[in-house]
Amino acid sequence: MKLAISISGNTLDSPFDARFGRAAAFCIVETETDEWRVFDNPALSASGGAGVQAAQFVARQGVGAVVSGAFGPNAFDTLAAAAIEMYLAPGNETRNVNEILEMFKAGQLTKAEAATHAGHHGGQH
Amino acid sequence: MRIVVASGKGGTGKTTVATSLALVAAEQESVRFLDCDVEAPNAGLFLDPALDTRKEVGILIPQVDENICTYCGKCAEVCQFHAIAVIGKKTLVFPELCHGCGSCTLVCPEHAISEHLNVMGVLESGPAAQGIDFAQGVMNVGEPMAVPIIRQLKKWTPANPPAVEIRDAPPGASCPVVETIRGADFALLVTEPTPFGLHDLKQVVEITRELGIPAGVVVNRDGIGDNAVEAYCAESGLPILMRIPMERSIAEAIARGTTLVRAAPEYRSAFHSLLETITARAGA
Repeated sequence: MKLAISISGNTLDSPFDARFGRAAAFCIVETETDEWRVFDNPALSASGGAGVQAAQFVARQGVGAVVSGAFGPNAFDTLAAAAIEMYLAPGNETRNVNEILEMFKAGQLTKAEAATHAGHHGGQH
Repeated sequence: MRIVVASGKGGTGKTTVATSLALVAAEQESVRFLDCDVEAPNAGLFLDPALDTRKEVGILIPQVDENICTYCGKCAEVCQFHAIAVIGKKTLVFPELCHGCGSCTLVCPEHAISEHLNVMGVLESGPAAQGIDFAQGVMNVGEPMAVPIIRQLKKWTPANPPAVEIRDAPPGASCPVVETIRGADFALLVTEPTPFGLHDLKQVVEITRELGIPAGVVVNRDGIGDNAVEAYCAESGLPILMRIPMERSIAEAIARGTTLVRAAPEYRSAFHSLLETITARAGA
């Protein structure tokens, strides 16, 4: 299965980014083979709707699950519509993507069953 | 003539100035007053309107007919606000991200999108003190966008256009303020002589210049703070058209819901000359 992990950097040693819509990049890992590739998050500089845009992006990459630190309501609805599972990793201490991947494989991450916070209502102001 | 009263910083006295200007103008001419601070309209507290007309307003948001949609994704591609997403065999609409531009409806090759009104607030109007024709927008709690409500409030004109329209602007210098100022003939900028007042005044002055609208300044709470507003106005060619001193009696009257010209009738002549100056400068 393809797994997307939000990161700030472009290698497996890069730190985990606890934001989803505004993550710097996504590391997409094939969990069976550990092959990986990093994609810049196209929603990083969106004026609004970053969660929706980021969710559509990872869905297009064909991932089956996403790990991030939080999922807003629009990101949650979009990922859920794509039947992508959402997992939460703690963002309180610095971890790199390798560590997050190991935690995922060991079944140590909690599944998000609902949005973790209210929307930011980006856009015009 | 359309006069907008704006400030940048909140609480400088926009409504104090706008309501008294409206009362004085209404002694001679027909006046329509628009409270464009749709997040917290309060001019009605001073002008006491009998709000007898009401209209729900909002923006047109897309509704996708899933029986016709082929999930081609053109609507999601064209939407710069990411308010519509196509995921596999689902099309999701996020009303609070939608700006109502209608692009998705236009580009849909299957004509699967229809538009329906997403109510964001109400417009209310009715006769107020001194025969003023009063109108205000009230945004629903939780709505993030004030601009569509302000835009429709401005368009909600009576059959007989008034001689003078006075718009009370929201505080700040963001989109709702720009929308309120747009199309006005004169911008009256109420500030206070403090660093905060000056900082925000500069931002609103930039907006009026960008929109090409003549502006003048009212210094409220004159006597507090410093001389920086004065210096800024002098060097940037902004006329100071009125000064209202810091006086406890004025503050007390406003807090009771009394207008400045009612509480201190000696200001009537000052407001009359202010109106004359504005008329002269707006026409220039």
